Amino acid sequence: MSILVNKNTRVVVQGITGKEGSFHATQCKAYGTQVVAGVTPGKAGQEVEGIPVFNTVRDAVRKTQCDTSLIFVPPPFAADAILEAAEAGIRLVICITEGIPVNDMVKVKRALRGRDVRLIGPNCPGIITADECKIGIMPGFIHKKGRVGVISRSGTLTYEAVNQLTMLGLGETTCIGIGGDPIIGTGYIDLLALFEKDPETEAVVMIGEIGGDAEDRAAAFIKQNIRKPVISFIAGITAPPGRRMGHAGAIITGGKGTAAEKMAVLEAAGVRVVRNPAEIGMAVQEALSPRCGV
Amino acid sequence: MNIHEFQAKQLFAQFGVPVPNGKEIKTPLAAEKWAEKLNAPVYVVKAQIHAGGRGKAGGVKITKNRAEVPGLAKELLGQTLVTHQTGPKGRKVRRLLIEEGAGIAKELYLSLLVDRDSGWPVFIASTEGGMEIEEVAAHTPEKVLKELIDPAVGFQGYNGRNLAFGLGLPGLEPTIMGPFITMLGNLYRLFMEKNASMVEINPLVITTDKKLIALDGKVSFDDSALFKHVDVQAMRDLHEEEPLEVEATSNNLNYVKLDGNIGCMVNGAGLAMATMDVIKLAGSEPANFLDVGGGATKETVAAGFRILLKDRNVKGIFINIFGGIVRCERIAHGVIEAAKEVQIKLPVVVRLQGTNAEEGRKLLLESGLKVDVATDLWEAAQKIVAMTGKKRKKVEAAAS
Repeated sequence: MSILVNKNTRVVVQGITGKEGSFHATQCKAYGTQVVAGVTPGKAGQEVEGIPVFNTVRDAVRKTQCDTSLIFVPPPFAADAILEAAEAGIRLVICITEGIPVNDMVKVKRALRGRDVRLIGPNCPGIITADECKIGIMPGFIHKKGRVGVISRSGTLTYEAVNQLTMLGLGETTCIGIGGDPIIGTGYIDLLALFEKDPETEAVVMIGEIGGDAEDRAAAFIKQNIRKPVISFIAGITAPPGRRMGHAGAIITGGKGTAAEKMAVLEAAGVRVVRNPAEIGMAVQEALSPRCGV
Repeated sequence: MNIHEFQAKQLFAQFGVPVPNGKEIKTPLAAEKWAEKLNAPVYVVKAQIHAGGRGKAGGVKITKNRAEVPGLAKELLGQTLVTHQTGPKGRKVRRLLIEEGAGIAKELYLSLLVDRDSGWPVFIASTEGGMEIEEVAAHTPEKVLKELIDPAVGFQGYNGRNLAFGLGLPGLEPTIMGPFITMLGNLYRLFMEKNASMVEINPLVITTDKKLIALDGKVSFDDSALFKHVDVQAMRDLHEEEPLEVEATSNNLNYVKLDGNIGCMVNGAGLAMATMDVIKLAGSEPANFLDVGGGATKETVAAGFRILLKDRNVKGIFINIFGGIVRCERIAHGVIEAAKEVQIKLPVVVRLQGTNAEEGRKLLLESGLKVDVATDLWEAAQKIVAMTGKKRKKVEAAAS
């Protein structure tokens, strides 16, 4: 088991003929993902590494029964691409694109409300179920099928944590990058609930950062609903207020959204908070060792 | 991206939001001419810098005497203002806004931004104008009103009525209801059309002659949407930005200058922040945030080095790369090439992990460069802190 995606997931890559799109579509396919279609308007009939290209997502869905979309469309056109996927009946949309205008995402998020579609991202590395399917830009080889679910607002910092889990022999079930933007499709809470229900996931790593209050809300949810151990690292204890730290959403405003505050709230909710990012794996190991459970 | 108050007020005027009659002024002579033309009972001379707290720092002067205006302009222009937002170095005043003063009957607070929880734009309003809204929210949260705007339909009359009645406007000044609601609609239009990330009017005043006017104005824009607005881009004032950050941006690097002395170069924003945190845990302070991005090349690494070395506080460099799509041996090549171009005399620790990390480490070790190579994040951080710490002690010993 895993959450959201597995070896049966059928993927369409929007923006497949671009440099990023073609490279990563090929990488995902090589990992074992069923990449069944690509979309680039005006390029129907072409192929990318044996993957057929269509003009519209609607055509791709009709011809290939794809159910999940991976988006590499440039920022000015990405909102349009997400809505196109939703309209065509795609169930899970994963948007990698960084730098989509916030107001575009405001409208997209509103338009998706009440629909049977889940958006992951934007500005994220994607989602991977270890040894089954990779739908994103993460390096596949650091993942190993195992016991831990990972949810993160970051990219390379997630790889860091995953690598530690793999090295310690713990392995992962599904790892999801939820994105570093202020407006994202899916937050911690929905994914924590899915991991709680997944029998293979024994613990969840939650990697947060400064800005917003998503971690605070997740803490309240964990306290009420999550019985599996949750281990968390929050990046940015040294970040100054009022400055955007790379990610559009990583900014402390009006004294709110500091790492220290998030850590305190998570700890109060029973989450193991790790101060040193080099110790995430070890903290999970401790949480899962039988001695600690007693 | 931030803009000056005078630019924010120009935008307000363009969108039908009432502002005092005022003008951007760069010389005392221009101040004299404008004051003559303005011919107002009260003149307000305001320093234009991208930081709050100007009033307390002496950056706002008020006079009833027109003849004093050029003198006040002369006093402020070229002065360095230190406010709680500028840091100890302060900001040099290069331009002023000179405007007509208003008779204030009541000060309100109003702002508009995107609420991250709901993903909807939200108006924030309070009867406690002229104060910092964070203070009001901390001490009297019941005085902070929030009104979410459904982006599917935009600003509606009921949104305006909820705010106007919530603020008790009919009791304050009934004739202001209509203009207030119209103004809210205009602000919403500005916010959406120009891709603002925040619009703030503090204070928004009701004047003694029963008019509504934006006495101050602050607008910032979504950097991701600047490509849509040439007019907004033109309002950028590079004097207000850290020169090293401007240089980084032109090299497609994401850099934020900090006060510590370990320069760091990392791929990915989250890992870059975590690297800063690890430096602190190991006992030192980071000199910067620097994300070289997913597609780091020899050129970006070289540009990163140049920027780090221009910061004179930097005593050592920590390069932390987790190779994903970026292959570590390419980064190693980049470091070697960059080190040839840029003379590096400081201690450098390179930590490589992920794709082709071993080849990368081997290349660096065989290059003859004086760099320390590491695999483990914590070990690498302790190394660079120990190396720079030792150096600092030597300097101190030499000085004594």
